[in-house]
Amino acid sequence: MKIKALTRSASSIQTPGASDGSARQPRNLDPALHPFERAREYTRALNATKLERMFAAPFVAQLGRGHVDGVYTLGRDPQSLDRFASGSGDGVLKVWDLPSRDEVWQTQAHENLVKGMCWTQDRKLLSCGTDRTVKLYDPYNTPSKSAPTATWLGSNSFTALSLHRSEPAFAAASSSSIQLYDMSRPSTTPTQTLAWPTSIDTITALAFNQSETSLLASCASDRSLVLYDLRTSSPLHRSILTMSSNSIAWNPMEPFNFAVANEDHNIYMFDSRNLSRALNVLKDHVSAVMDVDFSPTGQELVSASYDRTLRLWTPQKSGHSRDIYHTKRMQRIFSCTFSGDSSYVLSGSDDGNVRLWRANASERSGVRSARERQKLEYDEALKERWKHMPEIRRISRHRHVPKVVKKAGEIKGEELKSIKRREENERKHSRKGQKKRRSEREKMVLTTEQ
Amino acid sequence: MAEYETSDLVRANGQVKVQRKKGPPTARLDPEQAAKRKRLQEAQKQYGRGQGIETKSIKDKKLRGNLKALEERYQEAALKAKDAEILLENESGFLEPEGELERTYKVRQDEIKTDVAVETAKKSFELKLDQLGPYTADYTRNGRDLLLAGRKGHVATMDWRSGKLGCELQLGETIRDAKWLHNNQYFAVAQKRNVYIYDHHGVEIHNLDQHIEVTHMEFLPYHYLLATIGNAGWLKWQDTSTGKLVMQMPTKQGTPTAFGQNPYNAILHVGHQNGTVSLWSPNSTTPLVKMLCHRGPVRSLAVDREGRYMVSTGQDSKMAVWDVRNFKPVHEYFLRQPGSSVAVSDRNLTAVGWGTQTTVWKDLFSKHRSDVDQVKVQSPYMAWGAQGQSVERVRWCPFEDILGIGHNQGFTSIIVPGAGEPNFDALEVNPYENAKQRQEGEVKSLLNKLQPEMISLNPDFVGNLDKASHEQRQLEKDLDRKTGVEAERERVEELKNRGRGKNSSLRKFIRKKGNKNVIDEHKVRVQEMREKQRQRAKEIKEGKQQEELGPALARFARKGG
Repeated sequence: MKIKALTRSASSIQTPGASDGSARQPRNLDPALHPFERAREYTRALNATKLERMFAAPFVAQLGRGHVDGVYTLGRDPQSLDRFASGSGDGVLKVWDLPSRDEVWQTQAHENLVKGMCWTQDRKLLSCGTDRTVKLYDPYNTPSKSAPTATWLGSNSFTALSLHRSEPAFAAASSSSIQLYDMSRPSTTPTQTLAWPTSIDTITALAFNQSETSLLASCASDRSLVLYDLRTSSPLHRSILTMSSNSIAWNPMEPFNFAVANEDHNIYMFDSRNLSRALNVLKDHVSAVMDVDFSPTGQELVSASYDRTLRLWTPQKSGHSRDIYHTKRMQRIFSCTFSGDSSYVLSGSDDGNVRLWRANASERSGVRSARERQKLEYDEALKERWKHMPEIRRISRHRHVPKVVKKAGEIKGEELKSIKRREENERKHSRKGQKKRRSEREKMVLTTEQ
Repeated sequence: MAEYETSDLVRANGQVKVQRKKGPPTARLDPEQAAKRKRLQEAQKQYGRGQGIETKSIKDKKLRGNLKALEERYQEAALKAKDAEILLENESGFLEPEGELERTYKVRQDEIKTDVAVETAKKSFELKLDQLGPYTADYTRNGRDLLLAGRKGHVATMDWRSGKLGCELQLGETIRDAKWLHNNQYFAVAQKRNVYIYDHHGVEIHNLDQHIEVTHMEFLPYHYLLATIGNAGWLKWQDTSTGKLVMQMPTKQGTPTAFGQNPYNAILHVGHQNGTVSLWSPNSTTPLVKMLCHRGPVRSLAVDREGRYMVSTGQDSKMAVWDVRNFKPVHEYFLRQPGSSVAVSDRNLTAVGWGTQTTVWKDLFSKHRSDVDQVKVQSPYMAWGAQGQSVERVRWCPFEDILGIGHNQGFTSIIVPGAGEPNFDALEVNPYENAKQRQEGEVKSLLNKLQPEMISLNPDFVGNLDKASHEQRQLEKDLDRKTGVEAERERVEELKNRGRGKNSSLRKFIRKKGNKNVIDEHKVRVQEMREKQRQRAKEIKEGKQQEELGPALARFARKGG
């Protein structure tokens, strides 16, 4: 008779050579040894989702002591991850340092509102204001409250500013026209003036395309959205939306696409080659969207709104926001920007504070051990796999929203429903084909002109 | 006329050539490819999760691409798992006859002891405890600790491999059952009136006073549920992590005679006096399935770890093997006396204690064979006993080739080569865990605790699409649907046989679908329907007769047509 019984010595389980007697952990992947695999994986996914929401703490800090007046512009230094500038309603410019969360430089730049501001490639700060001046500062090399290194004077108050990517030139909007100045020659007259022939209203925002560098987009209070080409020094295209827009941001990764923050509570993503139709409509805000900014990856979008909330979007995935940030003391937000590594978001609001937020509410910076990283990756995969389960979806989507915003959202829903109902009724009682339904993405475009 | 091969689509005579789709070449696969395919098949058989999705027929391009990638990943996982088999360290034991005249069941324990390693031989031992027996025994999930409970009030725990006594209690009252909870820190004892939970020092921690006169207990480790059933036939689930009584329900079949869990889906099997075994989950107040297994009370039952087969013994001296996936009997075996206890090991060896003997059966059922092909085994694999110790409880030690037998004179641990799972997964259940690992494992398993609502006959239903309620919703949307009586009539009409013979389709359904002794919900419904149908036919017939005969003569009409 051949007899063999199972023999495992206790020492076989010890790691050979390990002095601390640490045990090996052999695996066996036979499904029979792992019952309830689906139910257990689901439970793990549920726990991961709950943990994500438990650890969600988006607010990091407010920077320094803020401004005395509301913060209307924010600028990211393209050469640095930790320097940001903000401009407030009393004409003060401040430069902030993220690691110390404190102010490092400031000046009284303008006598009135700072309307536009941006960093140049050589780390200088350019700002324009309603006091009809554009000023260039050097915060890295000069002390606080020092005089500007260059000044340009205009005939009207400036309302927006944008910097050319490669040439030493910037565009500044005053009333209904855009002036192009040469940065290398201070206090000179504009080299070019661009305007749509028939427009008379104030331009509210300007944005140079960073890849097709001579393309310039503007929006004005006459509800128009205009594209200009510097090479022909003429406007290319204009479309009129139902309401005026507040801000424009070009997608840094898909240079032909841009996002527009509109007064009608929505953000519209446009393809610059076809302004008759939006690529996507981002709806969730319950008041005018004041500012919008793309993350450097081009995947994420942050928007600041008059409803006192900041929203984060993943426009390629969904037309609704993925997160909403708010605090009790934050007033109407007029500016927002992503940090250069797209892991933080800054907001400037009417209460004069500049606030720093995490781009991912539950993510923590800092060094992670390999095990921790592995766990997070596994949790991420679990959440992705089980995201459609009702309980998990409910937990991951749940956000606490201020009562005012929630109520406003409900009222807005009612209003939209009644408008829709009325339209349907009109359609029902009119001749067939006379009143056509328009797609949500082209509804807001009233006319387009070449 | 010879036809010229031209590249035109039209033949010379004006016929349009039919272009046939070319099928795959019929040439044989080259050996390399054949080996690859075989390897994939083997991997799928062992590590696959059932049939994959047919991606070719999906029209949506994106969905097709995604699903295809997913299927490929699953296939890859199965292959990798198969490749990882090389890392498995231990091989299972065996007992093989060398000549034609040798029989494995003739091998005695002392012969085995001389042939196996000294370490292993030490695992076979005998505890002589003839005062307070008969003893029931239970191993922890990792097989390291043993819990012994004598009928007359003696409880002892021990680390049986090192022979260290954990705690010893003299409770001084009847003990009917004892069970370890999730690890070796706690155990539950069903005493005369209540169930008590003790910790590893033997300190009484809880008195579960809602469990009255409990006769059998089972612990569901992944749900942290202690399931008990007592003389009154009330089935109760107690959550041992929160202390809440999750569910209690009457079985309404008198005192239960057998109790066991299906480790694959955490369904409880209850054996009754009338020979039926009913299946219970905490989510339904009626049994999920009732099956008639024996002619006489069921004495004990056990289910294999993959939830495929159930082995039960009854007062009719039979041991029945049932397929619990489709509830069909496989084979019946005769024991000379009623089997008092049965247990199925990790590698599907079945131990059955009957009278003073214990026999171990091999290959009563095999995993990769359909029910029809299961062979009836002619002789047992091993035998032990016949020395005057009436067997009370047999239990396999997990991950070991050890069978523990509790009897009226104590406890005996015997070596059964080839019984235990040779390769354990340390992250699931670790027989060599240290205190730290035990603590960590406890926390992990508590985090992954499954909810009682997840207990169902098919444990993989989580995450499946609920097509049934979708259909229901669609039906409810249909405004022309028939409801109530009308719908009922239509349903019966559907099942009615137009032939008007005895062979109605309802009858046919009862005859053909399932076995006679499986009474499930659907069958009951059909039986009721048939009964009603017959009743109605009878009434109609009687009514007709009465009409024909008129009011005066109707009283002479024959009852029953």
